[in-house]
Amino acid sequence: MSLQPETIRTLVKVAAEQVIASAPELTTLDQAIGDGDHGTNMKRGFEAVLGKLDAISAQPLDEALKMIGKTLVMTVGGASGPLYGSFFLAAGEALSHDRHLPDDLADVFGSGVNAVSARGRSQAGEKTMLDVLVPVLETLRMAAGQPDLIARVRTTAAEAVERTAPMQATKGRASFLGPRSVGHVDPGARSSCVLVQAVCASLEGQQ
Amino acid sequence: MTDTVGIVIVSHSKDIAKGTADMVRQMVGSEVKVAFCGGNPDGGLGTSVSSIIDAINNAWSTKGVAILVDLGGAETNSEMAVEMLEPARRDLVVVCNAPIVEGAVMAATEAAGGSSLAQVKAVAEELSAD
Repeated sequence: MSLQPETIRTLVKVAAEQVIASAPELTTLDQAIGDGDHGTNMKRGFEAVLGKLDAISAQPLDEALKMIGKTLVMTVGGASGPLYGSFFLAAGEALSHDRHLPDDLADVFGSGVNAVSARGRSQAGEKTMLDVLVPVLETLRMAAGQPDLIARVRTTAAEAVERTAPMQATKGRASFLGPRSVGHVDPGARSSCVLVQAVCASLEGQQ
Repeated sequence: MTDTVGIVIVSHSKDIAKGTADMVRQMVGSEVKVAFCGGNPDGGLGTSVSSIIDAINNAWSTKGVAILVDLGGAETNSEMAVEMLEPARRDLVVVCNAPIVEGAVMAATEAAGGSSLAQVKAVAEELSAD
């Protein structure tokens, strides 16, 4: 499957707009347990992505993903820039090397997740974006090829983000709070959920 | 003049980065190349990969560059910046696990004596040892 430029354009546009729309919520979450800049940082990064929408959607998907990654790295201005940037760069790189959608979707997504884990020197369970990305990856693997894959991914992401609330952060700025980080949803997990939901919604709209 | 390891200071705050660079300059004068950056791409608190890349290139030395950072994002963005350098420079840049002000002053002082990149990094990181 190779995605048409219009499909890539819609996917990227919907995802970026959803992140931008969620910026106030991300900021509120980050003010509770971080430094309060996650919303504005993600907004800056995805506004830059929107600004390059024509160039991004003119590329094949692997190059489009790398362009998104590089844009986020250069514009976000917080740790989430290299983290999300590495996700998209690695996913694009995986697609460039003989992986094909939709069969290798889990594999491609997994390359992105591994890059986040390596960049952040973090694993699932530490109250980070990985606590959404890893469960989503598991669902992509287990439900590959199933007709309800998108619905299952959406449910997985929505449930996973809520499970970060009782966790105590051991990575990132929230870890400075120790036990006081318990009781708040992780802002990075939330932004990952927003992205996953937006891509799912866009794909559902095109079915 | 013998080349010395360059020092880059990366803080979320431009004021802290500049103040740290001022303290380093007071110790080592112009014997060591020092560059600093702080602030996100809009100028608010944060760090910027492109500013870090510029700072590394400004402090460039054939003996390498040691980067001192403050908090998480500064470290993550510095590591990203190093990976985005041209391949020949990548292996000659290290991010030190050290407190930013003390680390920068110690690293620059060590660098001024002509030490290697590994020695400069080790001296800065002694500050973080238990």
